[in-house]
Amino acid sequence: MVAFLHQVFSGLAMGAVYASLALALVVIYQATHHVNFAQGEMAMFSTYIAWDLIDRGVPYWEAFLLTIAISFLIGMVIERVVIRPFERAPALTVVIVFIGLLVIFNSLAGWRYSYTIKSFESPFPDEPWFGNSFMSSHESGTVVVTLAMLALVYIFFRFTKLGLAMRAAALNPTSSRLVGIRVGWMLAIGWGLAAAIGAIAGMMAAPIVYLDPNMMGGILLFSLAGALLGGIDNPWGAVLGGFIVGVLENVAGAYLVGTEIKLSVALIIIVGVLVAKPSGLFGRRIAARV
Amino acid sequence: MAPILEARGLTAAYGPIQVLHGLDIRVEDGGVTALLGANGAGKTTVLRALCAMVRRGGAASFRGRSLNGQATEDIVRLGIAHVPDGRGTFAALTVNENLRLGAYARRDRAAVKADSARVCGYFPRLAERRQQQAGTLSGGEQQMLAIARALMLRPKLLLLDEPSFGLAPLAVADIFGILRKINRDDGVSMLIVEQNANLALDLADHACVIETGRMAMSGPAAVVRDNEAVRRAYLSY
Repeated sequence: MVAFLHQVFSGLAMGAVYASLALALVVIYQATHHVNFAQGEMAMFSTYIAWDLIDRGVPYWEAFLLTIAISFLIGMVIERVVIRPFERAPALTVVIVFIGLLVIFNSLAGWRYSYTIKSFESPFPDEPWFGNSFMSSHESGTVVVTLAMLALVYIFFRFTKLGLAMRAAALNPTSSRLVGIRVGWMLAIGWGLAAAIGAIAGMMAAPIVYLDPNMMGGILLFSLAGALLGGIDNPWGAVLGGFIVGVLENVAGAYLVGTEIKLSVALIIIVGVLVAKPSGLFGRRIAARV
Repeated sequence: MAPILEARGLTAAYGPIQVLHGLDIRVEDGGVTALLGANGAGKTTVLRALCAMVRRGGAASFRGRSLNGQATEDIVRLGIAHVPDGRGTFAALTVNENLRLGAYARRDRAAVKADSARVCGYFPRLAERRQQQAGTLSGGEQQMLAIARALMLRPKLLLLDEPSFGLAPLAVADIFGILRKINRDDGVSMLIVEQNANLALDLADHACVIETGRMAMSGPAAVVRDNEAVRRAYLSY
């Protein structure tokens, strides 16, 4: 029983990472109806930036905030420069662009930082918090950081003018222009936000999975499974889905399939959701008139 | 009186199909111009062309400033509020959020708050439903919300696309009463597209009748109303 609980709790930590990345996917999906397959590699690259900063002697939390800011800018620039020209392109073209971005970031990281695995420090102490024997302090810290980030994102979208404008631009671009919203910039800010959220996911995941250019491949798949499970058009559903997938993955890895083929859990969830309930647990089903 | 909006040789096309073939349209400062014509004449396209929502040609100016080459969101920021057909409210957002978005382009927060109260005074039904999702409102309430949202911009010119469409007669009378009040009390100029010519001509001081993208007749509203031939040919009453 204790071992089982241990699996559940440490699943929550990776679940927090999946939840963050799932949220990043949803932020872009809601505005563009595309799944950004490069989200994981962007997060990985952000994590390398953090590693670089820390390596240069910047204290962890300063590096953490700086990385978020840099990632935000990189996300915005990518939207403006790379994605914008394909605004009206067919879905398949956009998918190819995303895959191109994925490969570029992967190679860039390998070229700049080499493919050897690096360790990434955790900002949290070695002893577990509050005598919590089920989670290491990094695992608890990951959950706390993620919840704090989610709260901030919620406040931003719910209570700020810019957040409202971003929601409006995603819901109805034409009407948004008619109230004076610069829809293109809202998209760019959305990309920046997604990249910043991804950066947090990367920095929280790296002490667990170690830092290497391919660290995010599996994580993106689990995040996508989480987003689909919760409903990819519902941010809070996607977040919850991320946590559920994290726990499922850990428990299934320990008791059902073994760690070697854990990744297939993600695929089973993706296929299962798409077959049984394509809108996800909390997504809206959209009926289109033809 | 100087015109607040003046378009000369306005053309517009959807892809290869040209819809407007050079229209001259004026709205006097503080005036109301009605845009009349049969279905498919291009009335909605005129409003869209003015807001740069379709590819357009010709010259258009607002308060002496050229609108050529400006994007929709910039035109809006000059003080032109467009209430599109189909209303263009944000169905998934609350009434309150819709109103806040209407004032998105404004920076004067205190005045926005006052305007929000004023607009809700025009439409008490909206005030009761401020936390409700816009998509759950009735058709009349949604039209009210669309106009209220447009007023939150504190526009100098209101472009209205069929404000009576799909509404019960009582709701129509209500809305036109409020439009008249807004025009008279706040001096908001209007360009109004209407199927219901009687209603529009009552409100307007000037009228344009268009037929398949060309001007069939334009002049003072009273003259257009009394023109038997125009009435029978284009306004079908």
